[in-house]
Amino acid sequence: MNVLRPRVIPSLLLHGESLVKTMRFGKFRYVGDPANTCRIFNELEVDELMFLDILASKEKRVPNFSLLREISTECFVPLSYGGGITSVDMAEKVLKIGFEKVVVNSAALRNVDLISDISDRIGSQSLIVAIDVQKGWLGKEHCRGLSGKWNSGMEPVEWAQFVQSKGAGEILLTSINREGTWKGFDLELVTKVVGAVSIPVIAHGGAGCISDISNAIKVAGASAVALGSMVVFQKKDMGVLVNFPEQQQLQKALA
Amino acid sequence: MISVLDYGMGNIGSITNMFKWIGVDSKVCDNLSSLESAQKLVLPGVGAFDHAMSRIIDLGMLETLNHKALVEEIPILGICLGMQLITRGSEEGKMKGLGWIPAEVRSLPKSIGLKIPHMGWNVASTCMKSDLTDGFSEKTRFYFVHSYAVFCDDPETSIFKTSYGVDFDSGIQRGKIFGVQFHPEKSHRYGAKLLRNFANL
Repeated sequence: MNVLRPRVIPSLLLHGESLVKTMRFGKFRYVGDPANTCRIFNELEVDELMFLDILASKEKRVPNFSLLREISTECFVPLSYGGGITSVDMAEKVLKIGFEKVVVNSAALRNVDLISDISDRIGSQSLIVAIDVQKGWLGKEHCRGLSGKWNSGMEPVEWAQFVQSKGAGEILLTSINREGTWKGFDLELVTKVVGAVSIPVIAHGGAGCISDISNAIKVAGASAVALGSMVVFQKKDMGVLVNFPEQQQLQKALA
Repeated sequence: MISVLDYGMGNIGSITNMFKWIGVDSKVCDNLSSLESAQKLVLPGVGAFDHAMSRIIDLGMLETLNHKALVEEIPILGICLGMQLITRGSEEGKMKGLGWIPAEVRSLPKSIGLKIPHMGWNVASTCMKSDLTDGFSEKTRFYFVHSYAVFCDDPETSIFKTSYGVDFDSGIQRGKIFGVQFHPEKSHRYGAKLLRNFANL
């Protein structure tokens, strides 16, 4: 029996035609030009690349298809895209451009049938449902939409089980409280959701070093991790540097 | 010039994008007359086996494909489902495959705790000298997404092997007919190298 090495996925945030990095879904910092940055990631041989247009739903925008087309001519690794996808046709169009997977969050929270509609058409292996979780003052956790601005009132474990039953192929689980903080993943949250579903869970939000990655996988049971700050900055509060851990380093940490 | 067959089974943009990236001329071939003039052909495919074979038959391409492969003997590369179509047939469906290489397609084992589909980067080991694997080291990482796999009758027709619960043939060849289970167009420099080898045939 041979299990595949868990995937390590740079998650890149689109803001208009630029890439940015946020902290706790705010405090935008310019990172670079998308096509140029993904050309570098292509050379670094990342496992997959994920692009999220973080304000698309909030600003009621459709995906920027021409930008996605440009990305797909520069990147020859599996690609996923999320942001502003509100229909099956849009999801299909993203795939047609050369992406492997689409990511939905806000639109699914508003219209749960969208999950099964997309999944039935393009297959669950091509559908990731993003769950953005914020922990409130009293420790209560809720799933949020519209770049964290809207509280859906849904509880993460319950929502994760529901999206699985509707045909989601993977869950991108983001801790808003940890996002961009370099403090490590919210292992408690990851453990809880992983234990409640059988589909792969991608841990996201807070990674600052290799041991954070191995903790998410080995301790919390995530199938993959998504990295933001760690792969676009030199270090916390330092300049932009597009980077990715060496294959051997990952192999060793995740074996 | 490489023709990439578009018969309505999945996205072919990534394949033509990669040919462009490595500086190889390619064009989409979506009708019988352009298939008839093809000098080198990529047969892609994502989806169900019977659906793909029906598409080929409905588009009236079956006879021409057989002629290209077996009489003209132009180089042909099947990718993913396209590779599976080159075999006798698949457990996934009832229809006959193209039958260009003696092999069959069976479901990957489900009961041993491995997730199906087999999705992600895995190792393909070269097991036979071939123009397609020229310059590859013994083990290379490629990106896979599939639930069914190819098993060759004759080990001489296997050029790559991969293990996922079971050892299967991830690359096959007979004469100028080739097939790979993984997605070279999504496997950055390794995939680029393989497609360049195909272009150089």
